[in-house]
Amino acid sequence: MVVEQLDELYRDVILDHFRSPRNVGELSGADVHAEGNNPLCGDQIDFWLKLNGQGRIEQARFVGKGCAISQATGSMLTEQLKGKTMDDALRLIDAMKGLMQGQEPAADVDLGDLESLAGVRKFPVRVKCAALSWNVVEQGVGEYRKQRGW
Amino acid sequence: MLDVKSIRADFPILSRTVHGKPLVYLDNAATTQKPRQVIDALVNYYSRYNANIHRGIHALAEEATAAYEAVRERTAAFLHAPSARSIVFTRNATEAINLVAHAWGRATLKAGDGILLTEMEHHSNLVPWQLLAHATGATLSFVGLTDEGYLKLEDYERLLTAKTKLVALTHMSNVLGTINPVERLIEQAHRRGALVLIDAAQSVPHLPVDVGRLGCDFLACSAHKMLGPTGVGVLYAREALLESMDPFLGGGEMIADVMLERSTWNEIPWKFEAGTPNIADVIAFGEALAYLERVGLDAIHAHERELSAYAVKRLREAEDIVLYGPPNLEDRGGVVSFNLNGLHPHDVGTVLDQEGVAIRAGHHCAKPLMRRLGVTATARASMYLYNTMEDVDRLVDAVQTARAFFHKPTRVSA
Repeated sequence: MVVEQLDELYRDVILDHFRSPRNVGELSGADVHAEGNNPLCGDQIDFWLKLNGQGRIEQARFVGKGCAISQATGSMLTEQLKGKTMDDALRLIDAMKGLMQGQEPAADVDLGDLESLAGVRKFPVRVKCAALSWNVVEQGVGEYRKQRGW
Repeated sequence: MLDVKSIRADFPILSRTVHGKPLVYLDNAATTQKPRQVIDALVNYYSRYNANIHRGIHALAEEATAAYEAVRERTAAFLHAPSARSIVFTRNATEAINLVAHAWGRATLKAGDGILLTEMEHHSNLVPWQLLAHATGATLSFVGLTDEGYLKLEDYERLLTAKTKLVALTHMSNVLGTINPVERLIEQAHRRGALVLIDAAQSVPHLPVDVGRLGCDFLACSAHKMLGPTGVGVLYAREALLESMDPFLGGGEMIADVMLERSTWNEIPWKFEAGTPNIADVIAFGEALAYLERVGLDAIHAHERELSAYAVKRLREAEDIVLYGPPNLEDRGGVVSFNLNGLHPHDVGTVLDQEGVAIRAGHHCAKPLMRRLGVTATARASMYLYNTMEDVDRLVDAVQTARAFFHKPTRVSA
């Protein structure tokens, strides 16, 4: 029973992203950069996004330190952001916030590997570990838009 | 030797299960569990003599007042304080320290005065002094730590100057377990003319503390870390200091007379207890003190030392475990902080919780110390009188489970 519960929190996909994170490293010439941390546990994460001429995210990278959930989420989020417009990125983030409250994402939102975070909901103290990444990206997108008067 | 089996029978919570496994409670530095004597005292107070104290003329008020003040006497005796007049009840140790920072510090310190602290302080013995320094222009300085987790005594001698008005330091680190040589440090401070506040939140519950022998000017501790209820802290202060200090909070109970424009103050210690105090929890705290006296602090300290020696030995068997704190177990209490290489302590703590083992994982309200150790967090097991060698075995087994879990092969369809 115990192992089953742990498996639900730390799905294989999550452990895999934790051990071999994708898209790690600073991105020079990024259009969006934001950072954040969870003061309680010391998790920290930096995100960089680079947009193409059509306003789509061409590259997403992150650098972070912290627990398996926070770091795997960072990695999975970079993969899922690629190719999205800012609006779509924010819709994805809303879907993740909904997932943490047990809501199914809208049919046209593809969560990709991020779907594996559904089990985190059952561990309330760990939700903030997952939420760190999308909160940072949301903040970065918000600042980018504010600077451009959106 | 403690009769741990009969001690455990006094703690109802120790017979519950967590995630289907018998609870192993190793988070005693955060808060301890309560024996039925303490729980019964709460029920008894509310069932039989609940009343406001110091003001009623009826029987219930007299009984409640007598019970409340008897705990003040008992607390004074427990700390070997010369009289109950030197014991002030607060909400917690944090409030006791803030009381000193406000009532003594703001009236006493001037720009350029020094407050000497250490790098191993809990936030509660750090932030109040930051606020005080900001308000008065006093400056803070810090005794550094050796890599083994001891205070750098040469720092202490160098930083203790004629400008130092107060030294505030912990008796025992809540992260490293280091027991500081406070008696010597207090003597040195007094020779320089500085007063000393001891944060004894981690020491008073676990080893004999005699404020007379230590010679400290102020000492703060917390009931809930020593079998008592939450919501009660203790400030010991030398009577002359309490007499000289203005009140901390104003309101009922702390006054002698009140006119529209001004008031005069009640005698110590009541001058520092504004408003209706936490009557029920103070009374139940008296049962906690009685319990600890019956078992004996020397025996508790020896028991914890044995447990932590065993925990350190078992955890050291693994190469990927980093242990923090003094290697010499004579110099530490029952606190064992560690990290499992490559894993965040919250991940380790989650697996341990699933195994029924409760530990603390995080920065332990000591962020400057975490920076000094070069980590963001640690896992921490902390012992008390009801813990056993089997508890330590369950801890070590659960750490092994955590390691195996995070290193297991994964099946990922990429």
